[in-house]
Amino acid sequence: MSVRTLPLLFLNLGGEMLYILDQRLRAQNIPRDKARKVLNDIISTMFNRKFMEELFKPQELYSKKALRTVYDRLAHASIMRLNQASMDKLYDLMTMAFKYQVLLCPRPKDVLLVTFNHLDAIKEFIRDSPAILHQVDETFWQLTEVYGSLSAGEFQMIRQTLLIFFQDLHIRVSIFLKDRVQNSNGRFVLPVSGPLPWGTEVPGLIRMFNNKGEEVKKVQFRHGGNYVTAPKEGSFELYGDRVLKLGTNMYSVNRPVDTHMSGASKNLASRTEENITPNPLAKEELNFLARLMGGMEIKKPSGPEPGFRLNLFTTDEEEEQAALTRPEELSYEVVNIQATQDQQRNKELARIMGEFEITDQPRWTASKGEDLLAMMDEL
Amino acid sequence: MFRRERPIPLRGSAAALCNNLSVLQLPTHNLTHFGVVHGPSAQLLSAAPEGVPLAQRQLYAKQGAGVSPPLITQVHWCILPFRVLLVLTSHRGIQMYESDGSVMVYWHALNSGDASPVHAVFARGIAACGHFVCVGTWSGRVLVFDVPVKGPNIALCEELAGHQTPVTDIATEPAQGQDCVADMVTADDSGLLCVWKSGPEFKLLTSIAGFGVPCPSVQLWQGIIAAGYGNGQVRLYEASTGTLHVQINAHARAISALDLAPEVGKLLSAAEDTFVHIWKLSRSPESDNIEVEHCHGECVPDTQVCGARFCDPSGSSFAVTGYDLAEILRFRSV
Repeated sequence: MSVRTLPLLFLNLGGEMLYILDQRLRAQNIPRDKARKVLNDIISTMFNRKFMEELFKPQELYSKKALRTVYDRLAHASIMRLNQASMDKLYDLMTMAFKYQVLLCPRPKDVLLVTFNHLDAIKEFIRDSPAILHQVDETFWQLTEVYGSLSAGEFQMIRQTLLIFFQDLHIRVSIFLKDRVQNSNGRFVLPVSGPLPWGTEVPGLIRMFNNKGEEVKKVQFRHGGNYVTAPKEGSFELYGDRVLKLGTNMYSVNRPVDTHMSGASKNLASRTEENITPNPLAKEELNFLARLMGGMEIKKPSGPEPGFRLNLFTTDEEEEQAALTRPEELSYEVVNIQATQDQQRNKELARIMGEFEITDQPRWTASKGEDLLAMMDEL
Repeated sequence: MFRRERPIPLRGSAAALCNNLSVLQLPTHNLTHFGVVHGPSAQLLSAAPEGVPLAQRQLYAKQGAGVSPPLITQVHWCILPFRVLLVLTSHRGIQMYESDGSVMVYWHALNSGDASPVHAVFARGIAACGHFVCVGTWSGRVLVFDVPVKGPNIALCEELAGHQTPVTDIATEPAQGQDCVADMVTADDSGLLCVWKSGPEFKLLTSIAGFGVPCPSVQLWQGIIAAGYGNGQVRLYEASTGTLHVQINAHARAISALDLAPEVGKLLSAAEDTFVHIWKLSRSPESDNIEVEHCHGECVPDTQVCGARFCDPSGSSFAVTGYDLAEILRFRSV
């Protein structure tokens, strides 16, 4: 499918991750300066120039599992730590939120406006750090350069690629259930009223023309929906009214982060298949992943700042319970990546793992190359 | 009025692709065959009228280099004069099978030679035209394969240049025998339509300019072209001249599939707005102008419809697939 999809997928999922972390940092009463440092560190890692360069190269999408390792690394780019259950929940929330946004996107091209909504909100998080703001703006210009000239057909293929990535993912999210935009079976509600996509006329009219092109007849019919034309097109400029609300921050103090995980969906057959079948291409994917993550620079923390652990659940007990009861078909376990012998990649992985050493997780201290593999195995 | 019948369960959900349902009716056995793309695999199944799936088969795109298994773009049954072939297109090439999907009789690898790395290489848009099978490609070229009465000696005999952007869909109808009758229409991502006359050498008769939105689905019936667009419109053109005769503001979102019931001239349009509409096409007896009448509208709640086909030539039943939905929904007139 489209080889232009990864930047949009990465940036939007990253945006959702930041919304959730921001909300949890507040909920957990993390001191302001500490919380700001965490968001700053993550955002500056996320928009690192070298990493963005790798990301914008035309390439296929990674599997959900592989992409998760990228966010795992990103979430740990600062002094904050997340354990497995919280990381699982974070990734579930991110993916379901962006799936919703892609599904409801009025025109395929509007996925770019969703991305700009995320970038606008990210810039708000770091408004006091001009250097990082500059990094985000650079990514905006890169997006404009790559996507500004794409045709409607190319955007349609990008949207189809994203939808295939999210296919069969039906995790129920309480904020969506409360807002009645998700049904109890995990499927999203598709409205049949409200504003139309920009450029679409209200359905219900038939116009007939003769051979000379003159209109000879006009007939109305009942479409079944209740729509209004779009008031105006969202702005694709650096600053502007995006009009579209998809991709803005839906969390607030009054709307906490929460997921329903039990019995996510009864139709998980194909998802399970993905998890059980050994992918013969996993080794190749790992190579691509190593190259991409090689561009993600993690700064060593300055000074002996104490770290802390963020919990995506209300209590530690809940978090422990979630880890024990997570349905097997939702586990991101990567089975059997038999690629540890590959010398050349090992070197690359070792280099990447060198940057990982700042983390305080003791399991990442052995032979470095094997550790990234082990880490993927654990996910 | 149409009544919803028992849905047919699928092993995997339908992928978000346009024209993601192919139906083959075999009246002799009272069986209907369905083909749906899941992503890296496609599922074929046959069902009795009550909707009980009898035989199932999974097909996969041939492997190649890459990070993930190649995705299938479309499956479609091609009814040729002496045989029926199942054609599968993917990001690697074109696979042709015996109609039940049991034996692959032909494989055509796509050549990405002159493709820039920013373009995905794929085939999409499948139709039978006489003893030819025509398949569209990412580059806009339409490949014409000559299919023998039996056996695997299928040969690429012509490449049609008319499109500059990826082909989306191809529609054909049996030629009426007269000279210069349009019997094939090809559509592309820019909304451009090309009208062809088939033969030992295909001839481009006319082309109909697009207007900035893709045309994902096209049909041809008695010299009338029906085209469904990304802005929810259905347009009807005179095939011989390319003149626009009817413009319908049919749907609130992009159209994903059109189909025709040839016996009665009924047109089925399905879109991402969760609606399916049925239209009746006709010609005014006085002026010979093309006319249309709305017959039926059906909402498939919370389903982004990605495939829709009539299940009989008289248009009294149809089937629908939706993104992320692991069943085929069926409707029958009452």
